[in-house]
Amino acid sequence: MREITLSKAVNEAIAEEMRRDPTVFVIGEDVAEAGTPFKVLSGLVEEFGTDRVIDTPIAEPGFMGIAVGAAMTGSRPIVDLMFGDFLYLVMDQLCNQAAKTHYMSGGKLSVPLVLRTNLGATRRSAAQHSQSLHALVAHIPGLKVAMPSSAYEAKGLMKTAIRDNNPVVIFEDKLMYNDKAPVPEEEYLIPFGEAAILREGNDITMVATSSMVQVALAAAELLARDGISAEIIDPRTIVPLDEDTILRSVRKTSRAIVIDEGHQSYGITGEIASRISDKAFYHLDAPVQRMGAMDVPVPFSPVLEDITVPTAESVAERARQLLRGDLFHAA
Amino acid sequence: MSPAKKDKSNREDYLRMYRQMVRIRAFEDNANQLYLSAKMPGLTHMYSGQEAVAVGICEALTSNDKITSTHRGHGHCVAKGAAFKQMFCELLGKEEGYCRGKGGSMHIADQANGNLGANAIVGGSMGIATGAALSAKRLGKSDVTVCFFGDGATAQGLLYEVMNMAALWNLPVIYACENNGYSEYTRTDEIAAGSITARAEAFGIESHTVDGQDVLAVNKLATDLVARARKGEGPFFIELMTYRYHGHHVGDINREYYRRKDEEADWKTNRDPITNFGKWLEDQKIVTADELVGINNEIKAEAEEAVAYAEKAPYPSINEVDMHVFASNAA
Repeated sequence: MREITLSKAVNEAIAEEMRRDPTVFVIGEDVAEAGTPFKVLSGLVEEFGTDRVIDTPIAEPGFMGIAVGAAMTGSRPIVDLMFGDFLYLVMDQLCNQAAKTHYMSGGKLSVPLVLRTNLGATRRSAAQHSQSLHALVAHIPGLKVAMPSSAYEAKGLMKTAIRDNNPVVIFEDKLMYNDKAPVPEEEYLIPFGEAAILREGNDITMVATSSMVQVALAAAELLARDGISAEIIDPRTIVPLDEDTILRSVRKTSRAIVIDEGHQSYGITGEIASRISDKAFYHLDAPVQRMGAMDVPVPFSPVLEDITVPTAESVAERARQLLRGDLFHAA
Repeated sequence: MSPAKKDKSNREDYLRMYRQMVRIRAFEDNANQLYLSAKMPGLTHMYSGQEAVAVGICEALTSNDKITSTHRGHGHCVAKGAAFKQMFCELLGKEEGYCRGKGGSMHIADQANGNLGANAIVGGSMGIATGAALSAKRLGKSDVTVCFFGDGATAQGLLYEVMNMAALWNLPVIYACENNGYSEYTRTDEIAAGSITARAEAFGIESHTVDGQDVLAVNKLATDLVARARKGEGPFFIELMTYRYHGHHVGDINREYYRRKDEEADWKTNRDPITNFGKWLEDQKIVTADELVGINNEIKAEAEEAVAYAEKAPYPSINEVDMHVFASNAA
């Protein structure tokens, strides 16, 4: 199978859906000729024109609100939010307007839009261009949240997101835009709410999202050298969450670590760990472990930044501790 | 699609405008009573006094044209064609309400007539209205969107972001600022620098100020601007000088600390949009005083009947509580 970058996969997904459905358009800062700072959208404006690949002023609440109104009236906008950190700027339009319109109207109006943005630290971009803020939006009823972990997922999830009749926030890992993965030439979609089991194992379950999937897979390689077999589960969407696949795995392995790049407190790791503890308690041999980003603003200095996020080594070490049966309380 | 309505120059149109204004006043009088008698859950914001704004503008629109409304939105809802029964049902949280009781007074909307919702975030719908206009333009529809908001909402930054884009892209949107002089519990001239129309003019948007108590003046201006917006000459901005008879909401009764009683009395006695239009209709020999009394009584009875209907109407089933969080994706 051919291999393409995550960037190219997103680009293909959007182009295919724009060819299929004339109501789809892209709106955001520097999306047209610039193709975004990460060049993910390069070439789209040449094919679809500035009528469908719309450059906006630097006004995130404004273009987010415009997308909500367009979605309510027959369009399917894809909003390009240059950095996930800018979510704070669009919160009213996303969470008070887009997320609630269907419910508040008694099901009469709907808001089929995609907000594509990114996450991920260690790009030396400091505290306002490095955050992983998916927990903020996953908290809000009415929003779906997709978190692709490779080019394959990025394409299939994007196409599903564009066809969904609800607001969907899709977070791409900005460090993975140039990472290649096998992606079929023929069309495919990845349904929401279906986790992928990326590696089967019997000793420990690792539930990892987005950027942390590669970390978990690398940790599993380290553990394999010690004869420890880890099962890796990528939920792919955190809303809806495929709880069944996670629970089935934990009931088999009896140990679990949840790894996610959002801040650890009040975040995705806590939510998933809690569900495991609630629903698989009598199958567990050890407390469910959570590994998120440190509860600090992302620092600039590389020596500081690198220790704020889980690594293959730190994840593997935590797994070994769990399997040794160390009586410890995690930080 | 029907073309923009012509300037109101016949008896039928005059009477329809008169009736619609009386219907708004009757709706609000009953809503106030429902609050005072503790039959209505929560609070509501009365439109009384501003009727000529909603009616003058909505009479210039077709049912395909869109509006966005505000927390003070009952008037827009009636003027855009809503029926009393579903409106009172919504106010009382009943299943037959326009939003199945899930929206209430602050989100009331007859969606089928192009009302994209009342918004409880001051200024929250400015993006939605602008997006609806973008959608119409992109999809080749001739719909015009009117964005209703108050003078208080001109303090929100979103307005300036979306007016910039509407002007850049020549969108068919009309920003209708109902200047009733008060931002909640504060005189707007204490918190707004400069002139309101100058804000729109800074973006090169053609702006008008009109007496918002004169339904014919409002309708004449709106009819002209809607027709021009439909031809691609938009956007436009209108400041409508008006007055709200009640406090910020129905519970805001002791309000002399921010507004004098003699000021209220002056507007109600000398500048009431319904009384003055009725007098004009009589002076022009279009109707007799008796005919006006007949219309008023008929509407009063219609409103009371709708209230009685809504009081007896069933609440939604509790099974509806988690229905409409997400729109279905079924084909």
